[in-house]
Amino acid sequence: MIIQHPLLGPRDSSEFVYLGDASLIDRPDWQAENAAETFYDYAYLRDNPAGENRELWFHEGGDRSWLVVTRNTVTHEISKVELACDVARMRGRSK
Amino acid sequence: MHDLIALTALGGADPETCTIGSVTCSEVPDVALASVAARLGREGETHSALAALIGQKAPGIGQFSGQTLIAFWAGPEQWIVEAPFESHEGLAELVKDGTKDAASVSEQTDAWARFDLEGPDVQSVLELLCNLDCRNLATGGAARTSIHHLVCFLLRRSTDFFSIYAPRSSAQSLQHAIVTAMKSAL
Repeated sequence: MIIQHPLLGPRDSSEFVYLGDASLIDRPDWQAENAAETFYDYAYLRDNPAGENRELWFHEGGDRSWLVVTRNTVTHEISKVELACDVARMRGRSK
Repeated sequence: MHDLIALTALGGADPETCTIGSVTCSEVPDVALASVAARLGREGETHSALAALIGQKAPGIGQFSGQTLIAFWAGPEQWIVEAPFESHEGLAELVKDGTKDAASVSEQTDAWARFDLEGPDVQSVLELLCNLDCRNLATGGAARTSIHHLVCFLLRRSTDFFSIYAPRSSAQSLQHAIVTAMKSAL
C-alpha cells in the first residue's frame, strides 16, 4: 500500500503507523460542565462504517508528520491524504 | 586532564571501511550535528537565520544545501545542521546564537552515526536497503526513511554518493544491514 504524503509524495505504508479515527483531533473541552460525558464519547465511542473512513496516521519512519488519511475500509483505496495540522486549523484550532 | 581515547560509533579507534565490488561503505565519525526546529509563528526568522549560517537559502522540503555548514530538511520546519567536527565542535551553540529564540536547537553530535556509500552500483545496494525511491532522489536531496527498521536520514551528495545517518546506538545493526545488502547486490 502506498500513501501519497502531501509533502513528500508516494511513500510505502510500512513507514507509517496508524493511530485511530480522525475525530481524535476534536478533543473536548476539559473544563466544560459535561466534560465527563464528552470524554466518555471521545475515548470510547466510534462509528465503524464499511466504506470511507478518516484516520490519523503518523509518518514514524519518515518526517514525523501527522496525516489525516481518507481510506475505504472495503476496497483499501486511499482517496485523500492531508496534513493533520491543516485539518485541525480548518476546524478552527490555532496551533 | 584525562587522556581518553575517542572511539567511533562502531567501537574502533579508527573508522571502518568496507569495499565490495564497486561500492565502498565508510564510517564517518568527524561530523558535528545540531537540530533546528522553528517555533510557532517564527518560521520566517528561522529561515533567514539558517540562510545566514549556511550561506545559502534554507533548504526546502526534501533538500539539503550549504558549503562548510550544511542544513538538511528533517521534517516540516525542522532541519539538521552538519559541519566538520574539527572546526565546529560547538555547533549547537553557534546555531543557537544565529537563530536566537526563533527556533529550538539541540545538540545532536554523536547521537547519529554517519555512513557514506559510494560507487557506481550504489543504487543496487540502496534498492535492497530501503523502500525509498533513491533513483528519483536528485543530487541535493535529503529524506528520512526506514532502513532495517531504523529511522535514518539519507542524503544524495552526488550521483553515486549517498550519506546515511542512523541512531548511533544502532550503528552496528545498520552497518550489518548495509554490508549484507552489498554482498547480496554486488
